[in-house]
Amino acid sequence: MTDELPKTHAATGAADGDASAAGRPLLRIEGVVKTFGTFRAVDGVSLDIKAGEFFALLGPSGCGKTTLLRMLAGFEAPDEGRILLGDKDIAQALPHERPINMMFQNYALFPHLSVRDNIAFGLKRAGLSRADTATRVAEMVALVKLEGLEKRKPDQLSGGQRQRVALARALARRPQLLLLDEPLAALDKKLRENTQGELMELQRRLGMTFIVVTHDQEEAMTMASRIGVMKSGKLAQVASPRDLYEAPRSRWIAEFVGDVNLFDGETKLRDGHRLVIGTRDAGTLVVAEPREPVGAGRFSIAIRPEKIKLSRRAPVSEAGRETMINSLDGVVADICYLGGTTTYKVKLDTGGIVRASVANSARLDVDAYSVGQQIVAWFTPDDCVVLPS
Amino acid sequence: MRKVSRLSRFNVASLALGLAFLYLPILILVIYSFNASRLVTVWGGWSLRWYHEFFNDRAMIEAAWMSFRVAVSSATIATLLGTLAAVALSRGERFRGRTLFSGMLYAPLVMPEVITGLSLLLLFVALNAERGFWTVTIAHTTLTMCFVAVVVQSRLGSLDRSLEEAAMDLGCDPVRAFLSVTLPLIAPAIVAGWMLAFTLSLDDLVIASFTTGPGSATLPIRIYSEVRLGVKPEINAICTLVIALIAVVIVIASLASKLSSSQGESAAPL
Repeated sequence: MTDELPKTHAATGAADGDASAAGRPLLRIEGVVKTFGTFRAVDGVSLDIKAGEFFALLGPSGCGKTTLLRMLAGFEAPDEGRILLGDKDIAQALPHERPINMMFQNYALFPHLSVRDNIAFGLKRAGLSRADTATRVAEMVALVKLEGLEKRKPDQLSGGQRQRVALARALARRPQLLLLDEPLAALDKKLRENTQGELMELQRRLGMTFIVVTHDQEEAMTMASRIGVMKSGKLAQVASPRDLYEAPRSRWIAEFVGDVNLFDGETKLRDGHRLVIGTRDAGTLVVAEPREPVGAGRFSIAIRPEKIKLSRRAPVSEAGRETMINSLDGVVADICYLGGTTTYKVKLDTGGIVRASVANSARLDVDAYSVGQQIVAWFTPDDCVVLPS
Repeated sequence: MRKVSRLSRFNVASLALGLAFLYLPILILVIYSFNASRLVTVWGGWSLRWYHEFFNDRAMIEAAWMSFRVAVSSATIATLLGTLAAVALSRGERFRGRTLFSGMLYAPLVMPEVITGLSLLLLFVALNAERGFWTVTIAHTTLTMCFVAVVVQSRLGSLDRSLEEAAMDLGCDPVRAFLSVTLPLIAPAIVAGWMLAFTLSLDDLVIASFTTGPGSATLPIRIYSEVRLGVKPEINAICTLVIALIAVVIVIASLASKLSSSQGESAAPL
């Protein structure tokens, strides 16, 4: 085989082990800056991606995540910084000189070519023989389950099928790194959920490194092993989906990822691993000290709605440690039934509003509360995240 | 889907009037080309006499051949230059003076032909160029290049840029990406542009009469000079042939652009 492309495909297990043993990332982004005119689209991003990782770049539109991805693909050149793939700086390399392939948001299938020719397009350029190309195309077609559609043109395919062709075309060259730009944005909800699972399964099976750009946090949470949240051209936090949700580093991230109740307040007292914080809207709250200890000052307390429990009477705390539970009296102001869960909006006697998400674990709503009902919302200190204000 | 409404009586009447206004004169010309009578306005029965006459009229045949050669060469040069200009405008980096360049490129679209013709004549005289086939060809290239550029540029504009990026991502350098992806997709527009340039050149009288020289008259010039001495039925026959040729070219051009736009739909994002 006159294949000049690296075969990450077959040799992944070993390569993966080596990389983690050496501790060297597959891709290292160092202080990358990209400006358009005076606008800093990407503003000093540094990031390491390990081989075999499924990494998601998450952020609102205009945060620079697509620009960063385009710099990895080679469609934009960074103004500053380095992009190292292995030991090679590829920051200024042209797209066709990189062992990286990209799946485009709108798939960018060549309308004048059949499914087979679309998939074979990159292989011809790589100098594969006719027989090898045919074998590889057949392999890819089977991988994305497109058998029988090889002769169709893109406009004779459904949205889901086009997505598969785009994926097969990008995977055909066996890139060291696959970039996916909003890969599922054009699919409807049900299909998207199935495809998420298939993408994860494929990535695990091939052991390939995927970087996906998405604005859909649920999608990022489901698929990625690590998520980088971008805001105004900077990486705001890089963490596992769980850490991102349960230990957001800033107020903005807490609000961007999932739903959250936020209370502003000031430290009144420190008691071992507990902080007592006086808030304007929710009275005095006892919260757990964050991982990195904080000094006195102003903070925001973030509590996820599903961490807040509701009951008719104040809970009797375990072993009489009454201070361990924050319980807030209030009145049900609004009820939003969502099927699996119900979100109650509770107007607190202290003035604030708290949203509590309750799982509808029983079919008959014997325990449901009604609007105007007097209620207690409670949560433990560990359910609270202390964030710099 | 758009609802197809039934045509009201008023619609039918106005459509018929409009079409009659456009095509009745041409229809009369075509019918009279088969007239057996020597007098243009008197019907003397069906005949192919004037077609026969035309094919024996050496001067007229030479003019037709000249027109054809000019149309083919100027359309080809205009298509080449117009396509390059369109690519530069829609795909090139945003170079300095881009707006000025596109303005200058499209100026002949709105420039009165008399001015184009006269200025070219002055240029050729100043350069002391011998006027004939090449001067007319150059003049027609100037005239038709902007039409080609418009057609090709609109096609390029509707083409998703990520197609070229995908080609580069899959191992093509920029030139190869253009040749293997962009060019096949804009080919119908290029063909349509060529056809348009061809018909424009074939039909032009004003610029050709400024820029041609003795002994190399194009067909419209020849016809015009004949008509000044009185309309011969032979002219009707020639015109009918030209109409037939142009009709064929127009049909092919519109088929080509239809093909081009149906491919464009599939190229568009979902």
